[in-house]
Amino acid sequence: MASKGPTTGGRGSKAGGKTGTAAPKAGAASRTAATPRPSDRLTREQKLELYHWMRLTRTLEERLVALYRQTKVVGGLFRSLGQEADAVGSCFALERRDIMSPLIRNMGAMLVKGATPLEILRQYMAKGDSPTRGRELNIHFGDLDRGFIGQISPLGDMVPVMAGVTLSFRMRGEDRVGLVYVGDGATSTGAFHEGINLAAVQRCPLVVIVESNQYAYSTPTHKQTAAKQMIDKAAGYGVPGLQADGNDVLAVYDATKTAVDYARAGHGVTLVELVTYRRKGHAEHDNQSYVPEGEVDWWAANNDPIDRYHARLRSEFAFTVADLDAVDQRVRREVDAATELAEQSPQPEPLDALDGVYADPPREEPLWFREGTRSAVERNERAEGWGTWNAKPEAQR
Amino acid sequence: MAEITYLEAIRQALFDEMERDPNVFCIGEDIGKFGGAFKVTEGLEAKFGEARVIDSPISEIGIVGAAAGAAHMGLRPVVEMQFIDFIANAYDILTNYVATARYRAFLPCPMVVRGPSGGYVRGGPFHSQNPEAGFIHTPGLKVVYPSTAEDAYGLMKAAIRDEDCVLFFEHKYLYRRVKGTLPSGDGVVPIGKARTAREGKDLSILTYAAATWKALEAAEQLEREDGLSVEVIDLRSLAPLDDEAILASVRKTSRALVVHEDTRTGGIAGEITARINESCFSWLDAPVMRVTAHDIPLPYAPQLEDFVLPQSSDVVRAARWVAAY
Repeated sequence: MASKGPTTGGRGSKAGGKTGTAAPKAGAASRTAATPRPSDRLTREQKLELYHWMRLTRTLEERLVALYRQTKVVGGLFRSLGQEADAVGSCFALERRDIMSPLIRNMGAMLVKGATPLEILRQYMAKGDSPTRGRELNIHFGDLDRGFIGQISPLGDMVPVMAGVTLSFRMRGEDRVGLVYVGDGATSTGAFHEGINLAAVQRCPLVVIVESNQYAYSTPTHKQTAAKQMIDKAAGYGVPGLQADGNDVLAVYDATKTAVDYARAGHGVTLVELVTYRRKGHAEHDNQSYVPEGEVDWWAANNDPIDRYHARLRSEFAFTVADLDAVDQRVRREVDAATELAEQSPQPEPLDALDGVYADPPREEPLWFREGTRSAVERNERAEGWGTWNAKPEAQR
Repeated sequence: MAEITYLEAIRQALFDEMERDPNVFCIGEDIGKFGGAFKVTEGLEAKFGEARVIDSPISEIGIVGAAAGAAHMGLRPVVEMQFIDFIANAYDILTNYVATARYRAFLPCPMVVRGPSGGYVRGGPFHSQNPEAGFIHTPGLKVVYPSTAEDAYGLMKAAIRDEDCVLFFEHKYLYRRVKGTLPSGDGVVPIGKARTAREGKDLSILTYAAATWKALEAAEQLEREDGLSVEVIDLRSLAPLDDEAILASVRKTSRALVVHEDTRTGGIAGEITARINESCFSWLDAPVMRVTAHDIPLPYAPQLEDFVLPQSSDVVRAARWVAAY
């Protein structure tokens, strides 16, 4: 059995970059009793809210699995099982005015930012009233008003895009922060490098979250990079790196909040590595044949982020089982109601596919289907008029 | 007004638009104090500051992506590709991200990607290409490629004001060779409208960029030596193409020659030829022919480059063949 537990959680921070600036230190890092963690300032309601978002993520995904098996999901289904804490805890560190760009396994972050289960269900079912009206799949949608930008599939591309979003904050003097999620696989792309480098040089208020979930599709991290850990890359960009246990929602919140505060204070980029584990395949069709036997089971039994937080809420923060059950039931009712509505949603109209490529209204039907025919008389008149140079063609050039 | 070069016209348009709209900013390699490899942005940083004339890392993906992000937030970025050849590095983010943003995510992407393109300057394989065809094939992008100083000025203004991403190809052979007089008014040249560079009735040449000048030279020679009246249509906008102008000219002359500097296979000439066939086949008195570069990377030596790129003599020869068919 590959008993690969999280290798982090207390390993601490690495601060690259300029000396003299207040480089962030992770809440979990070599902390003394006198240094409070950002999560210490969360209210009881907020602590319960974190549990709500994680539970909603899991319940909604479980519902999507059922719908997928009923062939009601069009296309693939991508789970974030085991990664709920990293998505929810990190996005919870943002303010409403901040903007983030999620990854396929950040449904939890999108829910925190205001995406609704109904939208997600409609999107997965390719309904006509889904956020993208059937143009895009799964959680590939965004809403600038609620502060999230839809991802695209080529990995790493959202890093330069978010560099530009945060560049606009800096240029306009807006008190806003951007956050972009990438996986360990995306760190191998040129776009990741170019985006974080540009943002670092320009001191953009950007937080780059690398979710080290150990697999990029079937490729394990050691085939992705020779770096021992993702935060080692931060030094190459001259930015601080923070690492946290991605399955501990409060540790995730602490690291991200530290980075967000650092960005908001005008210091620039932080690379935050969240060490976690992807317990499902790349998508539902993937049987994970490449995963060593027992590895998934170990994580399920010993390091489930919701189980861990559930236990901690009871032992450390004195919530009762009834308190938490009430959340679970509320979530289930919400997902039930959303499912019913999504199933009733209409299919998209085929003609809707045509508009919206450009800001300009679409042109009328293509010109080449409106051909007239030149009359034979006109053709003859024209031919007679050619005159002297109407010789046979020579060879072409 | 005094005459200014094609290059100065582009600079003037950037200057005017940055002055008009505080959301316009420039980003690219060496465009700040240095003023860019060809000095197109010279003086902009002194006037507008380094926050609006941003010297970027060598990062075509980075700057195009950042421009897209800034454009989503309401800014109007103008990206310089030091040589347009390097746009290949940003092909993914332009075609996958920028081109689809409005359609899939309702995200406006009002940005310009501009840069020196084209040959005839002994630039060798990586400083002479015409990569426009690959982008015309991508719905969501607009592509313009002016041949005169007036159009360079007017199309740049239109591109910056456009609500979508516009790829603005500048021909480096024309930078300092072509001059024009800017209009006293706004001077905006609408995207999507071709220009009749020369009226004629016997044969239409459909072309753009530096090839327009080769076509005009050829047209004069054909008139002088053959008595042929050749119409030259400067397309200016390659996406969207001005179908109306193309078809009106071909219906008038019944013979068409498409001339471009880009390589032949998969070039825009093939698309234009197909549109002519689809819409006015019965007007044609001859097959639509193409004059293009050969299908090889562009070589460096003058003897080789001149052979590979279309010259006015090639246009003359092809026009005679089409006219005599």
